Amino acid sequence: LICCYRKPKTKRAKRFLEKREPKLNENTKNAMLIRGGNANLTVTAVLKDIYAVKKPFAVLYKKKNITRPFEDQTSLEFFSKKSDCSLFLFGSHNKKRPNNLIIGRMFDYHVLDMIELGVEKFVSLKDVKNSKCPEGTKPMLIFAGDMFDVNEEYRRLKSLLIDFFRGPTVPSIRLAGLEYVLHFTAVDGKIYMRSYKVLLKKSGCKIPRIELEEMGPSLDLVMRRTHLASDDLYKLSLKQPKALKPKKKKNISHDVFGTTYGRIHMQKQDLSKLQTRKMKGLKKRPAEKLAEDGGTTPKKSKSA
Amino acid sequence: MAAVRVEAVLAAAEEQEAEKRRSITVEKELELEFDLGNLLALDRNPPPAAAALRGAGPRREALLRALARDNTQLLVSRLWELPAERAGGAGGPLVARLPEPTFRLPREKPPPRPRPPTRWEQFARLKGIRRRRKTSLVWDEQAKEWRRRWGYRRAGGDPARAWLAEVPAGADPEEDQFARLRREKRERVARNELNRLRNLARAHRAGRAVPAAPLHPTGHQDREELRRVARVARVSTASLGRFQPRLPKEPAEPPSRSGGKKRRFEPLLGNLAAERSRQLELLRDMGSKKPVLDITRAVNKQMRQEEAEAAAHKGKKQSQRGKRGRRQQRPGRSGKKSGARRQQQQQKPAGGGTGGR
Repeated sequence: LICCYRKPKTKRAKRFLEKREPKLNENTKNAMLIRGGNANLTVTAVLKDIYAVKKPFAVLYKKKNITRPFEDQTSLEFFSKKSDCSLFLFGSHNKKRPNNLIIGRMFDYHVLDMIELGVEKFVSLKDVKNSKCPEGTKPMLIFAGDMFDVNEEYRRLKSLLIDFFRGPTVPSIRLAGLEYVLHFTAVDGKIYMRSYKVLLKKSGCKIPRIELEEMGPSLDLVMRRTHLASDDLYKLSLKQPKALKPKKKKNISHDVFGTTYGRIHMQKQDLSKLQTRKMKGLKKRPAEKLAEDGGTTPKKSKSA
Repeated sequence: MAAVRVEAVLAAAEEQEAEKRRSITVEKELELEFDLGNLLALDRNPPPAAAALRGAGPRREALLRALARDNTQLLVSRLWELPAERAGGAGGPLVARLPEPTFRLPREKPPPRPRPPTRWEQFARLKGIRRRRKTSLVWDEQAKEWRRRWGYRRAGGDPARAWLAEVPAGADPEEDQFARLRREKRERVARNELNRLRNLARAHRAGRAVPAAPLHPTGHQDREELRRVARVARVSTASLGRFQPRLPKEPAEPPSRSGGKKRRFEPLLGNLAAERSRQLELLRDMGSKKPVLDITRAVNKQMRQEEAEAAAHKGKKQSQRGKRGRRQQRPGRSGKKSGARRQQQQQKPAGGGTGGR
């Protein structure tokens, strides 16, 4: 493998390669937004809006790329390798499949899942004249509808959409900054994606009342073809290394009521030397102490 | 009278509380599933009547927005119930600590495999040699300041500009010392590069020996590996690959290494020249004074094995004891080796360099 035997000659190249190698805790997934051979205005606008939503973690390719992802995946894999992106969104348009979007993800730079969606209605960010939220906000994701659990393809689509729009994993979040929510409803064979800006209104108690304001891209999608990974490949991609599992603390147990019990292991105690409460009456008399010590006097005589 | 008034007051207070809570409560048939680490909520309830949604635009939008508002309210209530603190002192923003995400998503790349230790690392582990942290700056006596250990403006001056090269005792006086130094540096660099490539090849081979990622093309496999995998795949049928049709470019007869037999014998009347050379070689080996078993190598191998066992045993004891390991050289070790060397030298006085093995 060329990457193995050619060492990087500069520190910058080394850092570049280290960023791309497989790690225990992975980087946030990047998305590449590609225009197909004959992409029309609608599809291009969709790609631009989704790029705006996913801003620092997405790459938008300006030129048209004449490929067919469902037939030949090599060019997609090449792009993914060059730009280190594991999610992609490919837009195209033809008579048979108008306003086509192919959303997919990669595992180890090879295509894992691909789902083709048709855009029936699209309202862009520019068309909705409301205030927007800052770039790079982590969105809240809500999936409504029992189709997302019942149907296997919808389940994969749900997993894909979560992966796509999730954003970076953060340990803590500013409660006032929960401004953006993406809501997906699966009804009647269609998927409605709506984005709202969240307004926190005063309610009587600590938890605020939510009011929503329409903002941002809204799409009406229809599922077309799918190319899902086989079960064992999917399971392989889900596998997490053991080092990431949280270490169990031993000797701690909880009971039903929430009490925490701990176990302490002690050495063997000599019960005859146990220190109990002082009772003056049981104190050892000097005579008894002498007998125990074996005849040595407490006061030592000074030898000349 | 007082009791009635107290009851009335309490009832009124409860009414007020309920009123306040009503604005943030949401009624749902099935509870939502939350993954707060991902800010995710999954609603399993069947969506509102399809007929209503199929209708005209604004009504559908209103319905969708109402549904979204309810779900978002539930999610935000959960998020505000998380333990929160004020970041950056008393005046800072209220920040909630998110739990780990629970929804399982596939990884981007396979988890990294631990690479096998290099030849030096194995030796160091065997001998118990630890890494010493070197300081990045060294005191340069001539320049009277702290300089780098190597690189730009290193301590000890630029080696390329060294104007003096001493002739070592016992060297040829006509030899060009500068050329010798340059040549030796080149050889050192080449040897290091060779060892690095050898270590890489060993790691690559060791990684390949594990067929952990079975039969999936990864793009990083070479021809031999793919051939092996194809052979395994062909034999993994119920009849062990006997009735498998061959691919267009696959060779017709599988070139099996033993031909189905464990021991292989040459044909009786085959290559006469080969048979003759083989017999002569056998006679030569039998007649030569040099033993076929290289005693030096065998003894060294045995000593290495014993050292490895001792090191493993000591390593276990050390990890129990703590980090302060052995710093001093053990005098007993060198005694063993020199003892063996002395023994060999007695046996084969004309054997030449024995320790070099």
